[in-house]
Amino acid sequence: MTLMRRLAAVLPLVASLTLLGCAGEDGGIQSQKLAMISSRGKLICGVDGKLPGFSYVGADGRYSGLDVDVCKATAAAVLGDPAKVDYRDLNSSERFAALASGEVDLLSRNTTYTLSRDAAGGNGLSFAPTVFYDGQGVMVPAGSGVANLKDLAGKPICVESGTTTELNLADRMRELNTPYTPLKFQTGDQTYAAYLEGRCVAVTSDRSQLAGKRTGFPDPAAHILLPDVLSKEPLSPATVNADPVWSDAVRWVVYSLMQAEELGITQANVAAKVAEARANPNQADLRRFLGVEGDFGKQLGLPADFVVQAVKAVGNYGEVFERNVGSASKLKLERGLNRQWKDGGLIYSPPFR
Amino acid sequence: MTPSLRPQAAADAAAPLPWWRNRRLIPWLAQGLVGLLVLVVVAFLVGNLVRNLTAAGLLLSWGWLDNPSGFDIAETLLPYNAGLPYWRALLAGLVNTLRVVIAGLVGATVLGTLAGTAAFSSNGLLRRLARIYVEVVRNIPLLLQLVFWYFVVFLQLPNGDAALQLPGLVLAKSGLYLGHTELVNGVWQGSLRFTVEFGALLTGLVVYTGAFIAEVVRGGVAAVPAGQWEAARSLGLSKVQTLRRIVLPQALRVIVPALNSQYISLAKNSSLAVACGYTDLYSVAETTLNQTGRAVEVVLILLAAYLVIDLLISALMNGLNSCVQLKER
Repeated sequence: MTLMRRLAAVLPLVASLTLLGCAGEDGGIQSQKLAMISSRGKLICGVDGKLPGFSYVGADGRYSGLDVDVCKATAAAVLGDPAKVDYRDLNSSERFAALASGEVDLLSRNTTYTLSRDAAGGNGLSFAPTVFYDGQGVMVPAGSGVANLKDLAGKPICVESGTTTELNLADRMRELNTPYTPLKFQTGDQTYAAYLEGRCVAVTSDRSQLAGKRTGFPDPAAHILLPDVLSKEPLSPATVNADPVWSDAVRWVVYSLMQAEELGITQANVAAKVAEARANPNQADLRRFLGVEGDFGKQLGLPADFVVQAVKAVGNYGEVFERNVGSASKLKLERGLNRQWKDGGLIYSPPFR
Repeated sequence: MTPSLRPQAAADAAAPLPWWRNRRLIPWLAQGLVGLLVLVVVAFLVGNLVRNLTAAGLLLSWGWLDNPSGFDIAETLLPYNAGLPYWRALLAGLVNTLRVVIAGLVGATVLGTLAGTAAFSSNGLLRRLARIYVEVVRNIPLLLQLVFWYFVVFLQLPNGDAALQLPGLVLAKSGLYLGHTELVNGVWQGSLRFTVEFGALLTGLVVYTGAFIAEVVRGGVAAVPAGQWEAARSLGLSKVQTLRRIVLPQALRVIVPALNSQYISLAKNSSLAVACGYTDLYSVAETTLNQTGRAVEVVLILLAAYLVIDLLISALMNGLNSCVQLKER
């Protein structure tokens, strides 16, 4: 079977061709990714693109949302301009491959932080701090008579393939000893279309995502979220493990938005705060945070004023939340777990020291 | 006296040819060089793959195949649950793929043969219908057709009580139920069940591939000389008899090789199942890839599986081909 042998020889070639993109040597403290982004002049950010509140292309053709703001803040911190972002719409199945192959620099796509995704032996990602603490929920038509998970026994449930929700659903239903039929679709659009056509009795995803998608339904009021919360879904931006310098830079850009809220620095007053810090040498904390003194930026491989640029671009974490998913948005989600730690929430930035 | 050139020529003939004019050596040398070049390129690519995978800590390993998968599969022929290992999930997916491929091959062949021979019908309406079918279907991308069949046709079926009910047969939004059927808690149950996902994928594949096969059949029949038709008619054979006994056996020689590639296309196109929610090998592999992060291994498994399916189809068709070819005795 020479044909088989020849084909067998070609297989690794094909596979390696697809992986050529991630060829690279570790350059010590210098970050290859940061150097590449600077020379390219653009940050390539992987987003969902079809999820209102997180990343969505509006009527004006611009991306907006909480995930998009993380991209903008990072671009502002690295390149000094929040507009220097190329967005790539990724579905849940292709996102990790796109990140691993270097097609995107940063994955900011409502991705749940889990052990297997973080571990070097798993997906090998490096997660930035959680930007949205979510939980998995189930949505059903209002008049369906389904009040809890048990009522879904033997019924078809729509779910997006390649998500943690698919796994959690399997786990929880097994726990409850409730048989069901998972209908898996590759994209969110297909999943929700099949649900709206009545193929499934329920659709499951992160509660924030369900609330976001519901705003686009023909009749949002005709669909309700079940009270069951199936899982913890901490949604976090992610980078590849291979470039720790770049991962740290993203991590602290996200923290800076949280710290800015804690310090009361907003998009509107950040310029005044910088002036205040410059004028007052006694405010050492504020001076360090805003890059007026010290070398935090340099340690991360970022410009000294990266915090100022990030906050100027999108505002602090609280502003980002309210604008995209909170009271100022269509989703009207409660801050809930996403309040600052001082207010009883989980948003907590380690000290900028 | 001989001309002065002659001794020179004789000396040339006696001396060995320079190596670059050696007709036997040069091809060997050229092939060796090209072969070496290919080897170097392959070695570079494989080395690169191994280097990068090692750097990323993802060097090929297969132990994860024995870990429990943790996800469910909507419809399987093999017994399966979320507690079984990944390889069982992949196997269930493979069986689902084979199921739709085999059913698709049969369906597309029947539909294609009917539409292809309809092109020679004396009935003008039938002829034109066959033409329209072929031209419409083969000029629209398959993915679009699958989405159409699933969302626009199959998902519009009535649900629950409103479902189409005949004795021993129920056609509902969730699928086709045969045998003993009953409605339990708003969900139909039946002794034999085909889901709408399977139905949409199968219909899409059959209709799409059928159009191409119709053209292959039409070409094959047209390749049989008109004299064969005339001779058969002069012997008193009817049109159907002529087609079945005289023309088709001869046309098969032209049809079978071209049919092979259509069959292979159908097997490969079955991986578009994700568009309509059918859990085939590709769909299971995708979930597996996302959970384990074993991109290279999963892609290798996928490549190997589709390769084997297609090579099997090819082998069968080549066997069939040698049966229908002219035998010189």
